[in-house]
Amino acid sequence: MPILLAFQNFLAAIGAAVLGLCATTGSLAIFTGVSVMHVFRPPWYPVEIGRQLLRIGYFSLPVVGLTAFFTGAALALQIYTGGARFNAEAVVPSIVAIGMVRELGPVLGGLMVAGRVSASIAAELGTMRVTEQIDALTTLSTNPYKYLVAPRLLAATLAMPALAFVGDIIGIMGGYAVGTARLGFNPGAYISNTWNFLTFEDISSGLIKAAVFGFIIALMGCYQGYNSGRGAQGVGRATTNAVVSASILILASNYLLNEMFFAS
Amino acid sequence: MTGALPPRIEMKNVAKAFGSKKVLRDVSLSVAKGESLVIIGGSGTGKSVSIKTIIGLIEPDSGDILIDGQSILGARGSSRDALLSRFGMLFQGGALFDSMPVWRNIAFRLLQGRNRLSNTDARDLAIEKLRRCGLGPETADLFPAELSGGMQKRVGLARAIAAEPEIMFFDEPTAGLDPIMATVINQLIREVVTEMGATAITITHDMRSVVEIADQVAMIHKGRVQWHGPVAEVETSGEPHMDQFIHGREDGPIEAVR
Repeated sequence: MPILLAFQNFLAAIGAAVLGLCATTGSLAIFTGVSVMHVFRPPWYPVEIGRQLLRIGYFSLPVVGLTAFFTGAALALQIYTGGARFNAEAVVPSIVAIGMVRELGPVLGGLMVAGRVSASIAAELGTMRVTEQIDALTTLSTNPYKYLVAPRLLAATLAMPALAFVGDIIGIMGGYAVGTARLGFNPGAYISNTWNFLTFEDISSGLIKAAVFGFIIALMGCYQGYNSGRGAQGVGRATTNAVVSASILILASNYLLNEMFFAS
Repeated sequence: MTGALPPRIEMKNVAKAFGSKKVLRDVSLSVAKGESLVIIGGSGTGKSVSIKTIIGLIEPDSGDILIDGQSILGARGSSRDALLSRFGMLFQGGALFDSMPVWRNIAFRLLQGRNRLSNTDARDLAIEKLRRCGLGPETADLFPAELSGGMQKRVGLARAIAAEPEIMFFDEPTAGLDPIMATVINQLIREVVTEMGATAITITHDMRSVVEIADQVAMIHKGRVQWHGPVAEVETSGEPHMDQFIHGREDGPIEAVR
């Protein structure tokens, strides 16, 4: 009998996990649908959108800039090392540029912004949930989806491509700095090599990915914060979940988007 | 209930469960226009959930809620907006928006929408409401985090009355306040409600609030209305749950968890 009971518990645990996953997927899908609908429907809150653009975009510049600079610099060294094995050191400028613009600028920038912005959105909305400020918005005839969620989604989706673009430039500068100072590249040749090999599609695909990542970052922060549990622990869990889920979704969607660009 | 007028607020057999936990089993209550109902009951008996179903923050599983005889369940869009504009609520912790100064909190509703006030008008109105709640104009530019608990309650009250709602809800207005401040808030609520002719529902487990605010008293226990009557009959109800609760006795039909 105890064995049977243990087996039952085992099955129940699997069932509970599956049901939980389905419930979360469903509630996230509904949350996303409702939020996106409110982005397009008036009333809009331009002041809120502006504030979020400043907070998500402008104040993330240092983080994204530093990440990009060191990534570009490290990339230049690694590609030089790798290229040297088949006498292809000259590819450093173009590979750094393509690597930064297509992949590392948006992805690493996105992950850094996920850590910064998802966490702060989740903590803010979670605290507002716990202290009934979200309920208070409703009683003051203001839809919290419109006032809190929509501006953050919109701002992050707009700000992230701009951040990635700045990150691309700074990352290429990082590669340039190492390339000219450490690896003996001619400054003019480095720049022209960067330019000549970069296509419009390299840049646009990176920026489209960044927009998707921005959406994911704000969505995860809002979803987790909006549905935060009670108390300090609830808000803490919401914050952690926001960063973890945003990061994983960024990496997963990055692969899917790359497949799409690759196929087309 | 007098005459042919339907009650301003009516809950009919409202039930709500969260998962397997039945918070409201069968709540029926009505409040006449201009009346002040106080709902009492122990913690976790469904008092807050009751008023949240009226405001529409929580959708009941069954039953109906009527305002002036009209069912409000399922109201969406502009009809729901119209409904919400008649409500004002004071939350337990104040629920002030800590990202904005006091005056923007108070005038929040009046700064939204098509007929929004200008900043100067809204600020003047906020200062007027602050004065009504016993706070000076210097409070207007402070942030909620800079206020004491009693001041936060007053600002919350000022925000609730700013748009002069017809129906007001007060969730534990005296929780966490010292006895003197509690009396001040109770009297303020009574004055404001009488002055505006509003209909009010207050949740509390503070018996002094009951005496100072209520016309009618309802006691909720285990998701049901255990007793409902005028405040004068609270002491002589003879209902064992009521007797135990108002005297704070440990033994009686309500189990005290120790």
